[in-house]
Amino acid sequence: MARGLRFLGILALIYASLSLCIAANVRPISDAHRSAALELFASPIDGSFGSLEETYEALKTLKNLGLERPGDAKEKACPVVVEKLGSTSSSLKDLFQAVRVNSVVGCQIDAKTFADVASRIQAVIKDTSSLEDFYYSVGSLLLVKDQGSSVNLLDANDIFHSIKALSQSDGRWRYNSNSAESSTYAAGLALEALAGIVSLADSEVDQSMIETVKNDIVKLFDSIESYDDGSLFFDEKHVATSEYKGPVTTTSSVVRGVTAFAAIASGSLNIPGDKILGLAKFFLGMGVPGSSKDLFNQIDSLSLLENNRVSIPLILSLPSTVLSLSSKDQLKVEVNTVFGSAAPPLTVKLVQGFSSASKEVPALENQELKFDAENGVHYLDILPLKVDVGKYTLVFEISLHDPEHLNTYATGGQTKTLVFLTGIIKIDKAEITILNSDVGNVETSQKLDLSGDSAVALSANHLQKLRLSFQLTTPLGHAFKPHQMFLKLKHDTNVEHFFLFESSARQFKIVLDFLGLVEKFYYLSGKYDIEITVGDAAMENSFQRALGHVELDLPEPPEKAPRPPVQPADPYSRFGPQKEISHLFREPEKRPPQELSLAFLALVLLPLLVFIIGLIRLRVNLKNFPSSPVPAVFSLLFHIGIGAVLVLYVLFWLKLDLFTTLKALGLLGIFLIFVGHRTLSHHASISSKLKSS
Amino acid sequence: MARSTANDAQALFRSLRSAYASTPTNLKIIDLYVVFAVTTALIQVVYMGIVGSFPFNSFLSGVLSCVGTAVLAVCLRIQVNKDNKEFKDLPPEQAFADFVLCNLVLHLVIMNFLG
Repeated sequence: MARGLRFLGILALIYASLSLCIAANVRPISDAHRSAALELFASPIDGSFGSLEETYEALKTLKNLGLERPGDAKEKACPVVVEKLGSTSSSLKDLFQAVRVNSVVGCQIDAKTFADVASRIQAVIKDTSSLEDFYYSVGSLLLVKDQGSSVNLLDANDIFHSIKALSQSDGRWRYNSNSAESSTYAAGLALEALAGIVSLADSEVDQSMIETVKNDIVKLFDSIESYDDGSLFFDEKHVATSEYKGPVTTTSSVVRGVTAFAAIASGSLNIPGDKILGLAKFFLGMGVPGSSKDLFNQIDSLSLLENNRVSIPLILSLPSTVLSLSSKDQLKVEVNTVFGSAAPPLTVKLVQGFSSASKEVPALENQELKFDAENGVHYLDILPLKVDVGKYTLVFEISLHDPEHLNTYATGGQTKTLVFLTGIIKIDKAEITILNSDVGNVETSQKLDLSGDSAVALSANHLQKLRLSFQLTTPLGHAFKPHQMFLKLKHDTNVEHFFLFESSARQFKIVLDFLGLVEKFYYLSGKYDIEITVGDAAMENSFQRALGHVELDLPEPPEKAPRPPVQPADPYSRFGPQKEISHLFREPEKRPPQELSLAFLALVLLPLLVFIIGLIRLRVNLKNFPSSPVPAVFSLLFHIGIGAVLVLYVLFWLKLDLFTTLKALGLLGIFLIFVGHRTLSHHASISSKLKSS
Repeated sequence: MARSTANDAQALFRSLRSAYASTPTNLKIIDLYVVFAVTTALIQVVYMGIVGSFPFNSFLSGVLSCVGTAVLAVCLRIQVNKDNKEFKDLPPEQAFADFVLCNLVLHLVIMNFLG
């Protein structure tokens, strides 16, 4: 029982989310897009568009938007196009780009060049197995056929098969038979190529294969992703690959493929119109993109959706979401195609309108909007409907007049939008009083007029209370609770205090009991300026008024009272330079005076001198130094080796590090061991000879 | 009594000097080297006493290099002395080679610690 209920609840949630998506107010393509296109495309920096691909994107976007292309575009583009088409070393991609640019610009290409290009492509198309090669070849042949030359695609069924073989079970396509990854972008390319084959084929392509592709398209649409506002888009499964192109490029590739295939396939494609509307909302919800590639993809996809054979999306939008009751605005709704063209005859009905205050009971229900044919706008007078100011969620529904149009157009069920109704809020019965807290009687009382600044002068001591009250009424006479209501008391020394108002049935009031606030006010007596602030999004006359001042007499502060925070004379002075910080460094160690150190250096060298003098006194001699040359050399090398090691040690102390020293020491040590062994064994043999003899 | 002690001390000193004169020259060289090393160490200790031990590692490496080389020289003297029965079979060249090697290792460590 519980499981059944839960299942039903989930089902209801899914249905609700599918049909009642809150739409951010998307607007059809407007002059903002046109001026952005002119900025991005019509005036390139160095006078040319860059590559052929960029040239095509620029010129196609300008053509789609109905704008004039720059005067020198043809002169700049045509030489490159002619060169690419004439050269035999151009790749398939270059040929495709060149033919595409030619289709927009219209250079003078003779039929022979086209025939050569077509035959070259026909030769390549038989052997290739890569999806991109198929796409470029078929696309080029299709454009060549459009530009006059006749093209006959032989073996169309085989080529269709080869492309279809690369499809995957989830509706995506692989780029070639070797790659393991499938891509949604590739699916768009494949569908466009398959549609091209069907239009180029001289004999009928197998109808069952077309039906299989239709199933693939349905499966591809199962992987569509959505945003909360109801826009739908396609994205790749794996985002981190180097070929990742982003949702805009991927979705526009799929749109190109699907619209091309829908144009050649007989019968419907079984894609619900709501999905096409979601794709249109995705492209329109982008606003005006900043990059030229995104703008090209947006405009290209929307121009294909404008006239596609699946279903043409109709966009319901509000030219203004803020309506003023005081200037008697009408609720206006526009229903257009994505490029802003007129929609077929239809009626817009306001199904329900909920105010943000009461979400269950609708404030408006079942109002049909009248149609102004001159301006193409559906409108509704809201003044007679007696709706109050505030924030409203309106739900609209479109009903087409001609039942045949239901298959051609996508209206998207019910559309929700957010609307603000503003008006002038009346403030009256404003009163400020000083009361004695113990007895409760009124000491002074004054009526205020809050339509302008007032200048009341009151005085109070800490045993009294200050009360301020007023009423706010909407244009329809209901009580109004604004978003912001503050009372500010500012002392002469610029110390400020803020207070909030309490709201009761019809009135807003605040009571300041000074006995309790003495400590908050830092025991500062003196003149306090009173200021009141009232504001709300639905209020056209939000205000901030100075009411006057109150002389407060507070008792003396005790010793331990908190001091008021120091107010800077200039509130921006805290952004100026701060107090300089003096760092405490470790005091360096006391070193001895240099003369003392030098004296002791001399003193330390003294024992060495004594040693040498002593050696001379002992009559030290080098008689035992070997006289024959070979041992002499070894002895010499031995002493040089020891000297070298000592020099290495001095260098180690001065600048080397341990590892270089150890390395050098290793080498010297080996040398020293060898030489020392020879020398000392020679000495030993001599002394043993002496001993034996 | 004191005079006899002083006389005894003088006589002792004189006999030591005459006995020392008969030691072989190579041993005398080693003794002189030891005296040189120890005095150098003492001078360094006096210096530290005056100026304080701030770079303590330098002081230690200086003193220990002197003391270490003195100790190695004493070991060499023991091994080279012909009157020493224990090291009769040890060729003096080998002892000298050990002395050189140990000195080199000691001074490598000292230089690393000198800083």
